Amino acid sequence: MARVKNGARRALVWLGAIVVGLYGLLAVGVLTGGASWTPSLALDLAGGRQIILTPTLAEGSDQEIDQADLEQAVEIIRRRIDASGVAEAEISTQGNNIVVALPGNPDAATVDLVRQSAQLEFRPVLVVGSPLPVTEASATPEPSASASADASATPEPSASATDDAAASSDAEATAEPTASATAEAAASSSASASPEATATDDATTSDTVSASDLSWVTDEVQAEYDALDCTAEENLSGVAPQDPDAAAVVCDQTGVAKYILGPQEMSGIDVATATSGPELSSQGTLTGRYEVRLELTDDGGSIFADITGRIKDLESPRNQFAMVLDGVVISAPSVSTTITGGQASITGSFTQESAQQLANQLKFGALPLTLTVQSEEQISATLGADQLEKGLIAGAIGLVLVVIYSLIQYRALGLVTVGSLAIAGTITYALIALLSWTIGYRLSLAGVAGLIVAIGVTADSFIVYFERVRDELREGRSLQAAIDHGWRRARRTILASDAINILAAVVLYVLAVGGVRGFAFTLGLTTLVDILVVFMFTHPILMLLAKTSFFGGGHQWSGLDPRQLGRDTVYKGRGKVVLGSKPTLAERKAAERAAAKEADAQETTPASTEGEENR
Amino acid sequence: MKLNLAQWGNSLHSGEKVYPIVPQRKRWFAVSAVLIAASIALLLIKGLNPGIDFSGGTEFRVTDAPNPDTAIAQEVVDAAGVEGTARITVLGENDVRVQIGVVESETARELTTELADAYEVDAEAVSFTQIGPTWGAEVGKKAVQGLVIFLILVTVVMSLYFRAWRMAAAALIALAHDLIITVGVYALVGFEVTPASVIGFLTILGYSLYDTVVVFDKVRENTANLTSQHRYTYDELANLALNQTLVRSINTSVVALLPVSAILFIGAFVLGAGTLQDIALALFVGMAVGTYSSIFVATPAEVALRDSETKIKEHTQKVLAMRESGSSDVTIAADGSVRVGAVDKGAHQGSSAQPRRKNRKA
Repeated sequence: MARVKNGARRALVWLGAIVVGLYGLLAVGVLTGGASWTPSLALDLAGGRQIILTPTLAEGSDQEIDQADLEQAVEIIRRRIDASGVAEAEISTQGNNIVVALPGNPDAATVDLVRQSAQLEFRPVLVVGSPLPVTEASATPEPSASASADASATPEPSASATDDAAASSDAEATAEPTASATAEAAASSSASASPEATATDDATTSDTVSASDLSWVTDEVQAEYDALDCTAEENLSGVAPQDPDAAAVVCDQTGVAKYILGPQEMSGIDVATATSGPELSSQGTLTGRYEVRLELTDDGGSIFADITGRIKDLESPRNQFAMVLDGVVISAPSVSTTITGGQASITGSFTQESAQQLANQLKFGALPLTLTVQSEEQISATLGADQLEKGLIAGAIGLVLVVIYSLIQYRALGLVTVGSLAIAGTITYALIALLSWTIGYRLSLAGVAGLIVAIGVTADSFIVYFERVRDELREGRSLQAAIDHGWRRARRTILASDAINILAAVVLYVLAVGGVRGFAFTLGLTTLVDILVVFMFTHPILMLLAKTSFFGGGHQWSGLDPRQLGRDTVYKGRGKVVLGSKPTLAERKAAERAAAKEADAQETTPASTEGEENR
Repeated sequence: MKLNLAQWGNSLHSGEKVYPIVPQRKRWFAVSAVLIAASIALLLIKGLNPGIDFSGGTEFRVTDAPNPDTAIAQEVVDAAGVEGTARITVLGENDVRVQIGVVESETARELTTELADAYEVDAEAVSFTQIGPTWGAEVGKKAVQGLVIFLILVTVVMSLYFRAWRMAAAALIALAHDLIITVGVYALVGFEVTPASVIGFLTILGYSLYDTVVVFDKVRENTANLTSQHRYTYDELANLALNQTLVRSINTSVVALLPVSAILFIGAFVLGAGTLQDIALALFVGMAVGTYSSIFVATPAEVALRDSETKIKEHTQKVLAMRESGSSDVTIAADGSVRVGAVDKGAHQGSSAQPRRKNRKA
């Protein structure tokens, strides 16, 4: 008996520890600044715009869009959005779709940023430099000032008309601004500053001047280059397509360098595919480093041979060619030999991840990909707030109705339901707040509906349990035995039903798109919480309550009164049978004695006498 | 009320009061068959009313308009020269919903500001949704795909759990019954089908099975020692199980329906059409049908399936033969039905069931 009690107590203590632990974790999150006490809300509750895009390939393309390409597209959109200054944008993939959620009411320009397709370009490097803007006096950056200098996310050539930075261009147009060209890791020491006239003739498509010629660096271009601050995030969006036939000023993707590049010489259509893997030495042994293998189409191979043949002997940094994806340089390797055959290998200080990333970027750039807008949704903040408020009211009404019904049906036992629901609610709230901190979960209206529906599911498992216990009481078991027996049977049923609910939730979550997922998520979560609460709260608390005279004695308001369950006679053991409605002879005598004892005795009710007996 | 329900539950549990649901199963099968046939006919003839999420289109929603007059929106839409007819409805108290076909994104933006001007609300108060036609098709496809995979998984889980494919089959019959009738109700009334309704439909699956699992558990418990006794037939024991779980079925259904009706009420009368209403409506219809099917379809179907088993057939014949010969000690009522009592023998209930001596430390 004591063991049962201890087991029940232990379960309750553990449950308390779990609740405290969850809220403690959340408190840590709040204090460290990452989390919030309230769950973050999805777009349909907080207001904002949701755009669902599907990447589609140009017709006749035999390539396929894989997960890596999809992630690459997300990456590019994310960079553009971040650069445009929109905070808290959510970009995710669902199946083959990209879901972009922008808070508030973004302007048309921001929305257009999302759907433009990205382009891969190959351009020769003319000048490399420190990412900071060059000013006449010193290279001390003023991020705020330069940020405003060309605040627009579209670095148009005319950006050089800006005030302070433009002044520096007069100083010396041709000189390389800083010595930080060494910042380029790959800068190999090809000392031979050979004349640039070599192999210029047929290298470029329409130009008479070589793409590597420094004459592309006009005063305008230089001024733009000087003004550019690649440490400012808004300059990394680079979405505006640069003129392919002119020099371009672009940043490195991480913002550690900026470049002046010659006109475009190759584009994504010239690339067949790209892979990454461990680098092999000429003997075929592993060098322990990683490389990116670029495979070009036939056309691309011959152009590439021309480019590499031309720039291999130029002085650094002009012996580099830059791969520009979506307006930022993703890699700018230097060339020391002419690469023919359309197979190029890029080596350097790659890790496995960075090699993989570059290969993915190149492969993505090779896809003739366009993004089709599937659905666009603008929810006003007032509508969202309204829906949240009404949803919560609906939840409250539902909860109150369930509480009232279970109190009517189960009397005091209904309070156990109420307590269990309260515990389940507390745990679910903490979990959702934690999940919105850790995995960025956002509560949507469908999710709220899932939570409200879950009230019913959770209460159902209590009803299954209570009815089971009542059935056992009807069979004539004592309350202790009825709980033991009923629990063993109800447990199976509850677990089976919950397993089916979880199955439904998982299938819906994995397969479905859009709002269905939010619903499936909360349904699955609350089902798990339900199991936890039934095992660690409802059952232990019922075991403890069974020890009290109120429940154990089957008080008529306890909801476990054997007489109300049609059990007028209860076998008490030792050949004794209690007629529930009438006290036994011993009880009557005891009652008489008690009555006599008290000076002005009041008649004790049979129910309370029996309660004593059962203790 | 409570006392009555509890006493009713008592007499149902003891077998004193029995509703002959299993014996009269042909009647309920007929009812269900008619309902299913009607649902399918309605689906084929009238069809569902897909929302713009499936058909593609643009929806604007003006919240808290001081003057929710549909004529204003009509003017704006006409002025913009949008093709096709616009469906304009007032939702809740003062929200206006305008549904038109697929338009250019720029047009949608212009219409948003124009609607805001016309209704004299802030541009922030106008929401819009634009769905491409292919997207809707994809949402529908995914939902069907999810349904099929779920059904396959559930069949496996149920077969493993009950270790009897007939029970799993009966549960699935009940499930299909619920889904078809729910969809039929949608076709009949012409409720709009949105992705939120699909969420509702899919959740019904879980619910319908929940109820069925509870009843089947009891059926299995009652018939666990079937062949070791020859007083009652499988049909009678299954019917007893059904009656014994009747109160539980009603209680779980009511408790599940209460929050759903709260959402439905708020969704339909306060908020106007939207995610909440769509989910709740589908759930409400589905759960109501689900309760019916767990009582009147699932167990009768299961009994009908099991009755074809040779083991059960032989057992039933033997029981009936014993009754004929009068060697059975069951009570037979005037209408020929049998009072089914407990099958399990009594057992020692453990020392904890013994009364405790007073003043003894526990």
